[in-house]
Amino acid sequence: MIGGYGGSPILNGCTISVDRGEIAVVVGPNGAGKSTAMKAIAGMLNLTSGNVVLAGKSITTLPTQMRVKAGMALVPQNDNIFPTMTVRENLDMGALLSRDTAAQTMKEVFDLFPILAEKRNQIAGQLSGGQRQQLAMGRALMTRPTALMLDEPTAGVSPNVMDEMFEKIRGVAELGLAVLIVEQNAASALEVADIGYVLVEGRNRFTGSGQDLLNDPETRRSFLGAHS
Amino acid sequence: MITRHRDILLFLGMALLLILVGVFQSWQLALTIFNLCVISAVMSIGVNVQWGVAGMFNVGTMGFAALGGLAVVLFSAPPVTEAWSLGGPGLLVAFVTALVTVIAYIFAKGYFNDAQYRWMILFGIVVVGFYITQRFFFPAVAAIEGFDAVKYGNIGGLGLPTPVAWFGGALLAGLVAWPVAKLTGSLRTDYLAVATFGISEIVVAVLKNEDWLARGVKNISGLPRPVPYEVDIRALEWIQNLATSMDMSARDMSSIVVKLCYAGLFLVVLALVYWLTETLQRAPWGRMMRAIRDNEDAAMAMGKDVEGRHRQAFVLGSAIVGIGGAMLVTLDGQFTPGSYQPLRFTFIIWIMVIVGGSGNYRGAILGAFVIWFAWIQAETGGAWVAGLLAENLTEGSAARDVIEESAAYLRYVVMGLILILVMRFAPHGLIPEKTHTRVGN
Amino acid sequence: MTDILNALVHLTNLMILPGLAYASQLALGAMGVTLIFSVLRFSNFAHAETMSLGTAFCIIVTLWFQQLGISFGFLPTALLALPFAIVLTAIFLILSDRMVYRHFRRRNAKPEIFMILSSGIMLIINGMTRLLVGPKGRIIDDGERFLVTAREFKEWSGLAEALVIKNTVVLTIIIAIFICSVLFWFLKNTETGKSMRAYSDNRDLALLSGVDPERIVFITWILVAVLATLGGVLFGLDKGYRPFVFQQLLLPVFAAAVVGGLGNQVGAIVGAVVIAFSEIGLTFAWKRFFSYLLPADLEPTSMMQILSTEYKFAVSFTILVLVLLFKPSGLMGGSQR
Repeated sequence: MIGGYGGSPILNGCTISVDRGEIAVVVGPNGAGKSTAMKAIAGMLNLTSGNVVLAGKSITTLPTQMRVKAGMALVPQNDNIFPTMTVRENLDMGALLSRDTAAQTMKEVFDLFPILAEKRNQIAGQLSGGQRQQLAMGRALMTRPTALMLDEPTAGVSPNVMDEMFEKIRGVAELGLAVLIVEQNAASALEVADIGYVLVEGRNRFTGSGQDLLNDPETRRSFLGAHS
Repeated sequence: MITRHRDILLFLGMALLLILVGVFQSWQLALTIFNLCVISAVMSIGVNVQWGVAGMFNVGTMGFAALGGLAVVLFSAPPVTEAWSLGGPGLLVAFVTALVTVIAYIFAKGYFNDAQYRWMILFGIVVVGFYITQRFFFPAVAAIEGFDAVKYGNIGGLGLPTPVAWFGGALLAGLVAWPVAKLTGSLRTDYLAVATFGISEIVVAVLKNEDWLARGVKNISGLPRPVPYEVDIRALEWIQNLATSMDMSARDMSSIVVKLCYAGLFLVVLALVYWLTETLQRAPWGRMMRAIRDNEDAAMAMGKDVEGRHRQAFVLGSAIVGIGGAMLVTLDGQFTPGSYQPLRFTFIIWIMVIVGGSGNYRGAILGAFVIWFAWIQAETGGAWVAGLLAENLTEGSAARDVIEESAAYLRYVVMGLILILVMRFAPHGLIPEKTHTRVGN
Repeated sequence: MTDILNALVHLTNLMILPGLAYASQLALGAMGVTLIFSVLRFSNFAHAETMSLGTAFCIIVTLWFQQLGISFGFLPTALLALPFAIVLTAIFLILSDRMVYRHFRRRNAKPEIFMILSSGIMLIINGMTRLLVGPKGRIIDDGERFLVTAREFKEWSGLAEALVIKNTVVLTIIIAIFICSVLFWFLKNTETGKSMRAYSDNRDLALLSGVDPERIVFITWILVAVLATLGGVLFGLDKGYRPFVFQQLLLPVFAAAVVGGLGNQVGAIVGAVVIAFSEIGLTFAWKRFFSYLLPADLEPTSMMQILSTEYKFAVSFTILVLVLLFKPSGLMGGSQR
């Protein structure tokens, strides 16, 4: 993919892919283009060149809402819930595209995130940070995607909640989805990753399995240590 | 290079249109249009300072134009001495007490920090101040309005020369603009627009109702003028000679000469205002304003006082609009609060700025000329065309009536269309803002 | 006892009923403004003129019906013409969206741009309504005028004060309540309504939930057509239709929307009530009301009018400005966007 927000490009020819049941993690220094890549895949910014393929079909020219129909879901880092609507209504929004299976999916989401079941009638804006993240993920899951993208799901979350979050993410992948994560907390993320992509200045720098990258001295030095 | 020539060509084209009007319709009409164009140009420059340069969406131009007109009354009309002696002192006392109340309020707001007490103290100040002020205000006003209400009923003015009154227009508009800017400075665009719109309506409502100030809807006519009266110069020999040599009546010629005098005066004011704003534009002030407009967050992050700058632009722009409003009232010779309509004084100026090219003053001036010309000609020219068409239809037929009535209202449709079309297809306007990277020359 | 009743009847007749009617009309206008603000994210300066346009369409259809001899019994014929007027207004709004707003929406233009565009539309509608109906306006109020006349009431109650119940007042209040309820039900319970709420809450996330933005915009304009036409027609039935009267509605409608909180539907109604009753209450001559209630020696001598009726329009502007200065998010809290 090559593209950006206008002006000089942020993505300079990087490639990312992930298979069903796998977790791929994209890490890299600030400004490397991680979130940009995710937004580009979701169709929220235009690519100068490159394409996005989902389950063998090209979705490059589709607008965002059509990509969602095709089976892609994104959980943005910020503004990822509908604050004036209840938890239940938030999840209902996710079910827009798959009404017939909605009840079943909601049950699965409640199983995965029990706190949501508890607070289902609460206004989403009143939830705590961690609960919001769960709701955001729940909403995305309600669309029954084949590919789920998470933009920094553990941002602003305390360390023990973070572990719990990765546990749940692993659970989601086990349901058969392809999961793509962009993360600042590189070390923890790579632990659960099947594939890791290191992005620097919009390009692939290193690629490998999560464990390999964790053990590789160059990646460790260049930026795993830069994070506290 | 080419763009420089383009500007000149556009202005020349405009001049040509006006000359054509003079030749084919009448020179008086051409001059009338010209004078109003110049006045509108001044107002457009004022709006451009706020929008084009500072990016502020002020929809309250009407109010500041009205204040400019009020200034002409208050500064140049002769004083009504009787009314002054009856109600003047009371008015002054009321003004002082009101001022003291406001100052006490601001002081108390800053001084007392305890929320509980502060609320009560502030409320107390307002109530006491209001009570005292109105005890002096209402009797004074009643006395003033009671004095010879048919002819006067107001306080008159200071009797100063007219150009001073124009400067007074800037002063008055600026004085009102400052607290408005201070209070609305933190508002977001939508809210700023609605707030300024509301404030301008309040200003005009006050002017319409406070008879003691400027006779309200009874209007003030016969305001002094800086140029001779037509009747006075008609008998002059050189006028008569000129008239016969141009094959016109002395009356027409005197009218034309008077209009030319106004034109001269107005052009001087326009030139001054243009010079002032262009100089500011090139100075660090202008650069900073553009920087803020283009990227407010970055400017704030750099520690620039964005709100203060906005306030400056707001006040300056409003003051300039005030000058325009003052000139207009002098030209008309009368102050008619009822004539201040948002369409005529706010939205049309906006169209001028946008069509001309926001962000640069030459564009604002050209836009003023083009749009005002279109507005006037849409009426007279439209009526003329309608007349031509209607000649072919029988007198009193339904179609003819419709055409004759429609001409006036089609103006609005045309103006709206011009605005939308320009924004859609030529958003930079007739004279686009030059980016200040000098390439070549 | 009769004094108290007289006072109440006087108040109801001259303040409460007219206030409720005016509040209903403002509420319909304010809900339209707030809907546009929350979904399309700009303040639509052309809204009052849109109400005027809807009314103009209604008048034309009504006149046509009257010529054809169609009437609605004791209700105004205009009610029959309403659906047609709504359709015509909706067509106009959707066309103006396609041809004007959509281009800029696709480019994520700044809100000021939309406001300027809406003032252009305002000018166009301004000319159109005068061309359609003529500048002098019409009165299309036919059918029974009064449900209860002054004489009928006095005979029934034996009081000195009469409660006159005009047809249009009752209609206005009933229709407004009905439409508000329907709108709220729609937004709360239907899928499209929820999508609209989601879209105004968080546009990007709505897209990520599969919401089709153009469909939302389309439905919004249709709802706006309904609200604006209804509000305008009810106002026109009540007060007679003259095009410039609607220009004066712009500020009270906006004031109502802002005071309640731009983007908040309930707020629009609350704001409308506040503005309507403030306008009427502050310019009301309270003398008669108090003379009924107070003993003779305490009776007020002046008219007890806080503001002269000329300042009626200034009241809503002043409240609007005060709210903007001290609590811009409105009484009920508006959307932040």
